[in-house]
Amino acid sequence: MRRMGYGHHALIETLHSIQESFGYLDEDALRYVATTLRLPLSRVYGVATFYQFFRLKPKGEHHTCVICVGTACHLKGATTILEQLEQRLGIKPGGATADGKVSLLTARCLASCGLAPAVVLDGKVMGKFTADAAIAWIQKWVAHDT
Amino acid sequence: MIPEELEKIALATRAEQEALSHQLRVCTGTGCLALHSDHLKDSLTSVIKQRGLEQSCAVKGVGCMGLCALGPLVAIQPQSTLYQRVTVDDAIAIIDHLDTQPIDHLLCPTDIPFFQRQHKIVLENTGQIDPDHIEDYIAADGYTALIQALTEMTPSEVIEQVVRSGLRGRGGAGYPTGLKWSTVSKVRSTRKFVICNGDEGDPGAFMDRSVLESDPHRIIEGMALAAYAVGASEGFIYVRGEYDLAIKRLKTAIRQAERLGILGKSICSTTFDFHLETRLGAGAFVCGEETALIATIEGQRGNPRPRPPYPAEYGLWGFPTLINNVETLANIPPIIRNGGDWFAAIGIDHSKGTKVFSLTGPVRNTGLIEVPMGMTLREIIFEVGGGMTEGHAFKAVQTGGPSGGCLPEQHLDLPVGYDSLAQVGTIMGSGGMIVIDDTASMVDVARYFMEFCKTESCGKCVPCRVGTVQLSNLLGRFTEGSATAEDLTLLEELCDLVKQTSLCGLGQSAPNPVLSTLRYFRNEYLAHMAKGVATQ
Repeated sequence: MRRMGYGHHALIETLHSIQESFGYLDEDALRYVATTLRLPLSRVYGVATFYQFFRLKPKGEHHTCVICVGTACHLKGATTILEQLEQRLGIKPGGATADGKVSLLTARCLASCGLAPAVVLDGKVMGKFTADAAIAWIQKWVAHDT
Repeated sequence: MIPEELEKIALATRAEQEALSHQLRVCTGTGCLALHSDHLKDSLTSVIKQRGLEQSCAVKGVGCMGLCALGPLVAIQPQSTLYQRVTVDDAIAIIDHLDTQPIDHLLCPTDIPFFQRQHKIVLENTGQIDPDHIEDYIAADGYTALIQALTEMTPSEVIEQVVRSGLRGRGGAGYPTGLKWSTVSKVRSTRKFVICNGDEGDPGAFMDRSVLESDPHRIIEGMALAAYAVGASEGFIYVRGEYDLAIKRLKTAIRQAERLGILGKSICSTTFDFHLETRLGAGAFVCGEETALIATIEGQRGNPRPRPPYPAEYGLWGFPTLINNVETLANIPPIIRNGGDWFAAIGIDHSKGTKVFSLTGPVRNTGLIEVPMGMTLREIIFEVGGGMTEGHAFKAVQTGGPSGGCLPEQHLDLPVGYDSLAQVGTIMGSGGMIVIDDTASMVDVARYFMEFCKTESCGKCVPCRVGTVQLSNLLGRFTEGSATAEDLTLLEELCDLVKQTSLCGLGQSAPNPVLSTLRYFRNEYLAHMAKGVATQ
């Protein structure tokens, strides 16, 4: 915030930095940003909820699984992968499993359409994916942790 | 930085490269990185070190080579050998075969139309240079256009060249770039801004990402030229927050350029100052719209506002602002270097130069291609793209993402250009080209795009906020098979309404996928209806 001279335009960049450091934006962080930048909390909250990229809930403790639902991936069966994962994990996109170990997310397009359907597992892009392969990965995660 | 210093760097880097007997270029674009090309690069380097070949061989990471379907790719220069689907285990074999016959089973033929039919201007350096080294860009004639403009040309002469080139905005709408520049330059103001729009939100498009990742200095040079031409001294590059690699490389590139005095104060010992910063998007499709993008940079919600006044007069913080797309700016350095007439000689009437497409779907060569304007869709898909993969038949091609439309086989011989595509009901768009095969239902495709627009609508104006929801529900009835004849009429009326009355480009173009599929694949809608009638 200091780098940008505490200007109002620093808001989005600040939120990016917070999410990078803490993984998500909690109420304390939002309140702190609002006070420091001298902005109404409503404005900070409005911006944080407007953009898909910002998360207000903590993500899964250990692992994230992002399914690309871009056009190319959609045509190559991303929806089936997603449905099977939802069933298997019992969660909706955006949520985390009850034990907080795995969170499931969707992305608009990873711009890796040459590899469709694409999935990001813990920040690593994997191409030409299938539902079985995704489930195998998640099982590996769970087995590894216990 | 003075011209002589730049030349010195260029000569030194070129001499260094010529001293090598082999240069191994490993693709480190997102596509190949996903297939572990970084490990491959490391193991190649370590094998070279083991053999003590450091003097004659060098490994460098380069940007996307285009043929993402066959990655990871390794090119060996100057022998021009190209290897496909290389794995870490192949590293030793590759080094062993450097001086002998290339390895047959890894060899990728370079005489296929995919390489032969392309015409590279924007992508001339991608896959050739190391994006993390400014010296590499300078050795490839980088920044010569900027220095030439600063030392030999007036701002109006720069604009004159851009006007003559006939370049049109590559972001989708195709507004003449020269005209935009001269509008901004004519407005009197104490501050002006240049913004590079890298908010590539279309699902299925990744041209801008590849350019930013593979050749970030080209964008910096293009922006500096634009700033000089319109009289701006501050610039922002707005990039999608999802593009980690592009952001990292851009930041490195900006730092390197600042250190060499290509950005900053008194560039090239002239009175021209230019400061450049990156801004991250946070995942909102509507932010590709000019006024929404400005709102985001100001730190607000990305809501568009009615135009006029256009950003050229009243933009960022109320100052005149020039906004150009990544690909548009990437075209600027070669235009200044070679002259506007050179550019205008490529392409067809009213659509000059080349266009980068990201070709995806069930075609053999998926990846990034750059072809001259006026090439037909058939040539792009069946020659450059290598045709459909086995077991798939061509049904339609979708251009322009959620704002574009689908074209059937009858329009395959259409030359690609802004106006020709608009005539048949789709748009050039930013360059996503998705081939759809006979297994896909067109109603489902239309519904997919409508769902997209529904979630991405910013909610400011009613036609878009409510209209997209209603349209998506109506299309849902078709996919479920419970639609009636009235639904079809309603669908058409509502499309027209949303198109005519929405505030910004998102809403105005949201019905395009529905309208174009209704136009060419009406029987599929009717088939879905008939099914519904039958089950009742």
